[in-house]
Amino acid sequence: MDGILNALILLSNFVIVPGMAYGSQLAIGALGVTLVFGILRFSNFAHGDTMAFGTMITVLVTWALQAWGVSIKPLPTALLALPFGILGTVVLLLLTDRWVYRFYRRQKVAPVVFLIASVGVMFVMNGLVRFIIGPDDQRFADGDRFMMKAREFKRMTGLSEGIAFKTSQGLTVLTAVIVVAALFWFLNRTRAGKSMRAYSDNEDLALLSGINPERVVLITWTITAALATIAGVLYGLDKSFKPFTYFQLLLPIFASAIVGGLGNPLGAIAGGFIIAFSEVTVTYAYKKFLYYTLPTDWAPEGLTQLLSTDYKFAVSFVILVLVLLLRPTGIFGGKAT
Amino acid sequence: MKKLLVATAMAALVSTAVNAEEIKLGVILGYTGPIESLTPDMAAGAELAIKEVSNSGALLGGSKVTPVRGDTTCTDSAAATAATERLVTSDKINAIVGGDCSGVTTAMLQNVALANGIVMVSPSATSPALSTIKDNGLFFRTAPSDARQGQVLTAILKDKGVKSAALTYTNNDYGKGLANSIKTNFEKAGGKITISAAHEDGKADYTAEVGALAAAGGDVLIVAGYLDQGGKGIIQAALDTGAFETFVLPDGMIGDSLPLAIGADLNGSYGTVPGTDSPGAAKFGEMAKAAGFKAGPFSSESYDAAALILLAMQAAKSSQSKMFKDKILGVANAPGTKIYPGELAKGLKIIAGGGDVDYVGASAVELIGPGESAGNYREILVSGGKNTTARFR
Repeated sequence: MDGILNALILLSNFVIVPGMAYGSQLAIGALGVTLVFGILRFSNFAHGDTMAFGTMITVLVTWALQAWGVSIKPLPTALLALPFGILGTVVLLLLTDRWVYRFYRRQKVAPVVFLIASVGVMFVMNGLVRFIIGPDDQRFADGDRFMMKAREFKRMTGLSEGIAFKTSQGLTVLTAVIVVAALFWFLNRTRAGKSMRAYSDNEDLALLSGINPERVVLITWTITAALATIAGVLYGLDKSFKPFTYFQLLLPIFASAIVGGLGNPLGAIAGGFIIAFSEVTVTYAYKKFLYYTLPTDWAPEGLTQLLSTDYKFAVSFVILVLVLLLRPTGIFGGKAT
Repeated sequence: MKKLLVATAMAALVSTAVNAEEIKLGVILGYTGPIESLTPDMAAGAELAIKEVSNSGALLGGSKVTPVRGDTTCTDSAAATAATERLVTSDKINAIVGGDCSGVTTAMLQNVALANGIVMVSPSATSPALSTIKDNGLFFRTAPSDARQGQVLTAILKDKGVKSAALTYTNNDYGKGLANSIKTNFEKAGGKITISAAHEDGKADYTAEVGALAAAGGDVLIVAGYLDQGGKGIIQAALDTGAFETFVLPDGMIGDSLPLAIGADLNGSYGTVPGTDSPGAAKFGEMAKAAGFKAGPFSSESYDAAALILLAMQAAKSSQSKMFKDKILGVANAPGTKIYPGELAKGLKIIAGGGDVDYVGASAVELIGPGESAGNYREILVSGGKNTTARFR
């Protein structure tokens, strides 16, 4: 019995808890991508660097708050700075729309032109972030690091495996739930949300019924900025902030959005967790897990690891390719990609 | 009369120019990158020796020596090669103190130093592969090869009663060489390495890597990485998930920033860094303090690297690499008068007078084999949030 319990705790510690946190971060990121795709009708490649920009502003404000001695222990100060980060990102995205995307929207260009324009925007943001804060790792997490330490858990339960639960992980999952609930309430219950969905479903009909397209675009960018900043800050708190890793995040985020079905918010969330858990479960070494669950002399000599951890990104690639081959509209049926 | 004055003035100028000259030493280290927290003290060490010699006026008829810095980045061979190339061709340096990390040092040697015939003395490149590399007698190091560090670490692990250990290394020449050396020595001594896995530097999250290490298990986790990089990430993730509690830290992981970043959880971990308890080390510590820097890891080796180059120049009566490269082993080893840090002027004068010196320096230099340090190590114990010296080996 102890064996099974130990095995479950081991799996929670190395697979389920980190997978939940990572999945939530991907889900919020994918929501932003899917929203832009659904309403503005293009794949926004600048999303990863938008996250980096929002996190950068948050980090800078956090440092200022820390310098003034403001804190909300045991929670990280970055939560206080988050609204400022969102505000800064909203301004950046609206300016980008004004200077770049509006021009193309008036020309009614094909989505692929938008996509390429967004790649250009990505490089500009990339440079902007590196110019302001530099390419290095930045630490901005403070407050209590753990809600539950592995050592304490072992002492409390007397088991040989422990489970660690970081504050940032708890915060991530909680925030994800709140953000998703708020977004769905907004899209389904408010007038503005309904007008966005109408614009997404049929642009011409929406215009005929008196919906102001510029207003829809404005709201979409505002929400996207908020989602990107929240996802970025949560990822940074949980792991660390480095502009390059945010750029790399683009792949799993797009994989999540596409797997769930681009333009489908529910699909984005499911996709986030699917990608996160596949990455973690495929690269985990099950040796110890089997040692606890199997009879003693059955325990394997090797690590029983399917793929080395270096292949993490390959996993999201493979899933992406499989979904595009077998079900191009995504598991939950979004728009064709 | 006027002509005569000008002529004598010119003659005086010319005659001094023959003896005294402007010597430049490249101090090429990773001022940015994974060991950037160590390099300022290393460079300060080398520059202290350079200044000491230059001010003494005893080198080659009062020659002045100036340092020129170049960045290796520790990881990017192309950048290190370009920086070295620039210093050699446009700054016209006479010799190089550097590089720091093994991979870039190999690149600098093969691409620039060999082609231009420039002597390189590395204070911190420790890969065993550098012992056998083709160097035309141009490459030396005041740091010992990691083949030796593997033996020392094994001795420490044996003393602590460690029977099995998990091993992770940074995925480059330094990490691989050191990991091999540790694995071979530890297994020869009857220990068990449960897993030897590489990790990449610069990732945000190392939970997955630690998951594999934890699955393999072991009494301790040996982290042959860099303290400002993946090594730190691995330790943090291992502590967060409760996978390991004690860490073994080879030289790339020793520095003040690590205990500072990790906190009290690192107490009880131990490791090694080149160092000695010779009188030279204490003397160098005082000199560093007076000069306003810290005798951190590899800074005494850097001082010695610069000192060896300058003493060899004196012995060869030339600042040309091809002339003095054969003199380095002679000034570093017995017989001769022992020279400690701060006594470089004395050493220069002895050599000028036809005597022989045995440079001991700050790190008890004794060059063996192809010109590398025999290897004295400081055993480090992290306690009270600080790296403390347990003993010398």
